[in-house]
Amino acid sequence: MGVANAKKGFKPGQEAIAKKGWLLAHKWLILRRLSQFSILALFIFSPWIAEKTEVWLIKGNLASSLTLDVIPLTDPYVLIQSILAGSWPVFTGVLGALIVAVFYFLVGGRVYCSWVCPINIVTDVAAWLRTKLKIKGGAQIGRNTRFWVLGFTLLLALITGSIAWELINPVSMVFRGLTFGMGFAWGVILAVFLLDFIVSRRAWCGSLCPVGAFYSLLGSQSMMRINAYQREQCDDCMDCFLVCPEQQIIKNPLNGAAKGFHSMITSSQCTNCGRCIDVCTEDVFRFETRIPFKKIPMLNQPSDSEKLTQTQEVVS
Amino acid sequence: MDNKRRKFIGDSLKTAGAVGVGSLVLGLYSGQSRALASQAIRPPGALAEDDFLGACVRCGLCVRDCPWDTLKLAQLFDPVALGTPYFTARKTPCEMCEDIPCVVACPTGALDHSLTDINDSRMGLAVVIDQEGCIAFQGLRCEVCYNVCPVQGKAITIETQTNNRTGMHAKFIPVVHSSDCTGCGKCEQACIVDGESAIKVMPLKLAASGGSPHYRQGWKEKEKAGGKSLVAPDAEHKFNLPEGVEYDYAGEGLIIKDKTKKPEAVSVPQLEQKTKDSPFSENPLDTLNKKGGL
Repeated sequence: MGVANAKKGFKPGQEAIAKKGWLLAHKWLILRRLSQFSILALFIFSPWIAEKTEVWLIKGNLASSLTLDVIPLTDPYVLIQSILAGSWPVFTGVLGALIVAVFYFLVGGRVYCSWVCPINIVTDVAAWLRTKLKIKGGAQIGRNTRFWVLGFTLLLALITGSIAWELINPVSMVFRGLTFGMGFAWGVILAVFLLDFIVSRRAWCGSLCPVGAFYSLLGSQSMMRINAYQREQCDDCMDCFLVCPEQQIIKNPLNGAAKGFHSMITSSQCTNCGRCIDVCTEDVFRFETRIPFKKIPMLNQPSDSEKLTQTQEVVS
Repeated sequence: MDNKRRKFIGDSLKTAGAVGVGSLVLGLYSGQSRALASQAIRPPGALAEDDFLGACVRCGLCVRDCPWDTLKLAQLFDPVALGTPYFTARKTPCEMCEDIPCVVACPTGALDHSLTDINDSRMGLAVVIDQEGCIAFQGLRCEVCYNVCPVQGKAITIETQTNNRTGMHAKFIPVVHSSDCTGCGKCEQACIVDGESAIKVMPLKLAASGGSPHYRQGWKEKEKAGGKSLVAPDAEHKFNLPEGVEYDYAGEGLIIKDKTKKPEAVSVPQLEQKTKDSPFSENPLDTLNKKGGL
């Protein structure tokens, strides 16, 4: 494992490009960027199109929007904060939030992070640069910090009676900036970039962002998951691990066959970005569907001693 | 195991503490952000600022549906809570659309959907804030604010005052009435003075006083009581005038009952050190006979 990694240096994906060609080795990345940019473009150019044709494709922003003057979409996270702050939303707001919640419940909550969120582009660039420039280490920020942040944002809404988090939320600030006028929101993009580039790898999306935390909870039973269905072909090249924004979730499904782990990546922190599929030369991964709330069984029941080790690993 | 558990709990507490400190700072800042700058006006139907900040999700749907590009979303360093809609009356006032599209568009209750008549909206209250600058107070004719007012003749009326400079002209003074002013800001935009307007829409919490409900206004009480005064009539004033002569303080001035008889000069004890350049006649009746302003 280590030898293979050292041999290749810090250029994950090189082998995949050589074997599958550049396009196939970036298939999901390209699709993701297309998705992110076209959603942005849709919001940015809709007012302009409406001026010419009087048809509103979509208006508003990710907090709440209206598609073709009919379909309301509302971010359930901001709506929950609003309700906690003591405000009762109107019907369109609730309907919009339900549509969004059902969508992410089905396709995976953090699909929002990797396929929609504009900040993801910034943090991906920071992580890519870190790998490229061989920057290692940095501050240790626990992966679960985001859930604390999530909890405190909800608590703040309740205590202050205002949606306090929206005063500093970089995700909505950047999207709103791009669609309604940027002002000094460039500074916030820079701050998130520097945080991820200098302070700690994947610090924002992987440890701090409560929006991602909320959507990961929302999609914890999602139907769409990545499965390391051919994990026996894995040659331990570590490429998937190096590109994964949530490295901790790959290990057990990929290498845990002996311990009885199923090959499906069931962790709700997986963003369904598909980058592991891109960089894998052995076609280990693919998208699969599953039935929500159905427990995925362990392949073979581990002995008591193994169970103990697993618990410890989960804790640590 | 115990050590691991201890470490886990310790780490969790550290994280909770750090996030808690951050939240405390954000919470304090959120209090600060409630201070809506007085030049920023919320859209029609907006809840009171405290409630508004809990309800508005910063989506900008009201901005998109505003046909006049009046509304803007607050950006960083604007004196308005980030991402919330507002307008600046001096630049672009609210045109008071009859169908109030901004309110209809709002997906939350931040803009009150029970507002259906735009004339009922209270975005703020216009105040003639710079009376020195307002040319009406200088005795010039203007009335631009009065003429552009969409609730014309009700929200702003023109009231006359004596122009003491000339002594013979009236000043046509704009007076705002909170009973009808919607705070749309058309007057503020149209005001002809340079730079800042002499009439400005202020947030209601700043502009509208609590009034003086503890005062009972005699004339209103009299009206309520069917014309019967609640207080005893004033004792008649004695003017110490010559016989056949009366004085009406309310305007008529000196009244000589017997027109045939000219009142004789009242003998007034002469002041010994009377200065010669006094503007007043030595006969006090001359002063009383002079009509008009004093």
